Amino acid sequence: MAYTQILIAGFGGQGVLFAGKVLAYKGLEENKQISWLPSYGPEMRGGTANCSVIVSDTPVGSPIVSEPDILIVMNLPSLDKYENAAVPGAKVFIDSFLIERKIERTDIEAHYIPATKIAREMGIPTLANMVLLGKVIKETGVVSMEGLKDALAKTVSAKHPELLEANLKAIQAGYDY
Amino acid sequence: MAKVLMKGNEAIAEAAIRAGCRHYFGYPITPQTEVAAYMAKRMPKIGGTFLQAESEISAINMVYGVSSAGLRVMTSSSSPGVSLKQEGISYLAGSDLPALIVNVQRGGPGLGGIQPSQSDYFQATKGGGHGDYHLIVLAPASVQEMADLTVKAFDLADKYRMPAMLLADGTMGQMMEPVELPEECAHSVDKPWALTGTQGKREHNIINSLYLVPEQLEEKNLERYERYKTVERDEVMYEEYMLDDADVCVVAFGIAARVSKNAITAARAKGIKAGLIRPITLYPFPKDIIRKTAENVKGFVSVELSMGQMIDDIRLAEECKKPVTLCSRVGGMIPSPEEVLKAIEDMEGGKF
Amino acid sequence: MAVVFKKPEALTDAPLHYCPGCTHGIIHRLVAEAIDDLGILGRTVGVAPVGCAVMAYDYFSCDMVEAAHGRAPAVATGLKRARPENIVFTYQGDGDLASIGMAETVHAATRNENITVIFVNNAIYGMTGGQMAPTSLPGQVTQTSPYGRDVKTVGYPIKVCELLSALDAPYYIERVAVNNVKNVMNAKKAIRKAFENQVEGKGFSLIEVVSSCPTNWGMTPEKALKWVETDMIPYYPLGVYRDKSKEAE
Repeated sequence: MAYTQILIAGFGGQGVLFAGKVLAYKGLEENKQISWLPSYGPEMRGGTANCSVIVSDTPVGSPIVSEPDILIVMNLPSLDKYENAAVPGAKVFIDSFLIERKIERTDIEAHYIPATKIAREMGIPTLANMVLLGKVIKETGVVSMEGLKDALAKTVSAKHPELLEANLKAIQAGYDY
Repeated sequence: MAKVLMKGNEAIAEAAIRAGCRHYFGYPITPQTEVAAYMAKRMPKIGGTFLQAESEISAINMVYGVSSAGLRVMTSSSSPGVSLKQEGISYLAGSDLPALIVNVQRGGPGLGGIQPSQSDYFQATKGGGHGDYHLIVLAPASVQEMADLTVKAFDLADKYRMPAMLLADGTMGQMMEPVELPEECAHSVDKPWALTGTQGKREHNIINSLYLVPEQLEEKNLERYERYKTVERDEVMYEEYMLDDADVCVVAFGIAARVSKNAITAARAKGIKAGLIRPITLYPFPKDIIRKTAENVKGFVSVELSMGQMIDDIRLAEECKKPVTLCSRVGGMIPSPEEVLKAIEDMEGGKF
Repeated sequence: MAVVFKKPEALTDAPLHYCPGCTHGIIHRLVAEAIDDLGILGRTVGVAPVGCAVMAYDYFSCDMVEAAHGRAPAVATGLKRARPENIVFTYQGDGDLASIGMAETVHAATRNENITVIFVNNAIYGMTGGQMAPTSLPGQVTQTSPYGRDVKTVGYPIKVCELLSALDAPYYIERVAVNNVKNVMNAKKAIRKAFENQVEGKGFSLIEVVSSCPTNWGMTPEKALKWVETDMIPYYPLGVYRDKSKEAE
């Protein structure tokens, strides 16, 4: 029975919470048990932001992810903070365009994706989070690509339907990287 | 009905609307502001009232007004704001008025912090304002329960003419989980005491908590405590988790119970028989199950986001027959499953 | 036999507890007459304050609620929002309305909440035995200003009508007195208008009634009424401070 604990961390404004929401909605569509817990407060305004997502076949206990199976980091302070928190064998996804250093641990599996660069080159510079998410889906299968559009449609603001396609494109780019 | 993903705070608001609440008064404070924001969006579309009051004090008194008029009404806040509401809550209790007060707790005392806490336990369960009274206090441990217990709180408040409190915390308010929202219910509780205007058909109704004749005030208090006895007899709610063969019993509510379940799973994996009693009603407190459990366990661990508040009620319930230890983090910190596991192991090993 | 005088329907038979010479009785009657005249007794809900008029809930025969100290305008807001078809009034003293309840007063006014506020200003806390009120006059001797109100340390009295007139929203604000027959007749008109405004959905109306407190002022009722004329009214000029029906013309 899968019980996957995911931690996404970066600066406020990088779409950390949004990436978590997409995972949560997709998990819900797949009839999984889900929890999504954001950091909240002053951190929302430019400091570090993180969110805990649990995707599981069994009921979710604590919604707080302190030892992630999947760690997605979008800035250096987050990598410094959480590298040692990941469980042995965890998969770590790093925006290598923003974070120059490599991980130090040898018991976790690192994936370096220049997500911000890829997003910029596609003309959608704010969607590095989605590029990373695509790679996460590819490497972990925590949720599937199939039907992702439906989950995205529920997450993307109704005021900006045009962002739906852009998000899908970004996820696909990460998936194919 | 299909499940939707919702924040706990939003689930409270939507569930309240579906329970027939058309009047909400609040004041912004983290981490409950989503309740107000949700109401601000929804109420005008369904002919309801959302009003951002000038203060928490005014908000609770607007609640007092709507409740006097016989309609379902609520306010929500977080710890410092709930302190401000205590005067009004005492008046609601003293006037036997139903209402829902939501406290999405944060660390204290004083301005404290904005991260989750359970340190308003005493304030919520022992009255909170001046005078002898209780609120019905419900403690949700999931977004689903944020919705379900909101409806339950309105029903109990109306049934017993008592204010009810939903005692949540920042985590419960902020997290999203799938939730099956309650069906829209057409609540119609007969409230012959309500201020609807006499319409020339009856004597005037008076809503009041002032009794200058001590005998009358005593009688009012005694009558109220008779009602509380019924509440204590009939309305206790709790969840048992792996309790049947447990040697160590964890008692925890809300987010602390969620963390404790992880710890119990870990303890069981190590061969320690741990179980959980999760109070869903904090008042009335599930005394009987705790007293019964005391006969079979080595001891209890109270897991709290406070400096040891519920632990007093556990000790009273089990009549100090078995040891009770405290596992707690405060100030916005949350005990980790490892910390809870350690407390379970210590209790199992007689180290306390 | 022709009836020349009778008790208004809007008052109960309960004997008033007010001190001899207190003008609360007159003001109660004026409120009750307004309710009777407009034929709204069956749909009127009153809010009693904390202060001398705390037991007003026993005296008015409409539905009544007793509010916490100063909170009457918030309670009235709830009542009115819950049942807009009802006529909701508050009856408050100076400590209740202008001290502890100032926030509730100002904000109900600025929302132009469709309620009627009867504000009885007798420049003293009566129920607790004669302490300084926010409206006590400069130099006025009370239990808590035994050497006279010293404006250098405790500030000046609050002129509620003038203060609320600074707001854009309120519909009607008038100050009246009940120290002589002519003023009582004016007060009756003003109070009736304040209820009429609500019936017509116009919004917030406040009538300040300059009143007397012989007991705590330490005067005979007669002398107290004189003091209203010689000391109170000069400080609190009577008149209409806001009338939006006139502005619209």
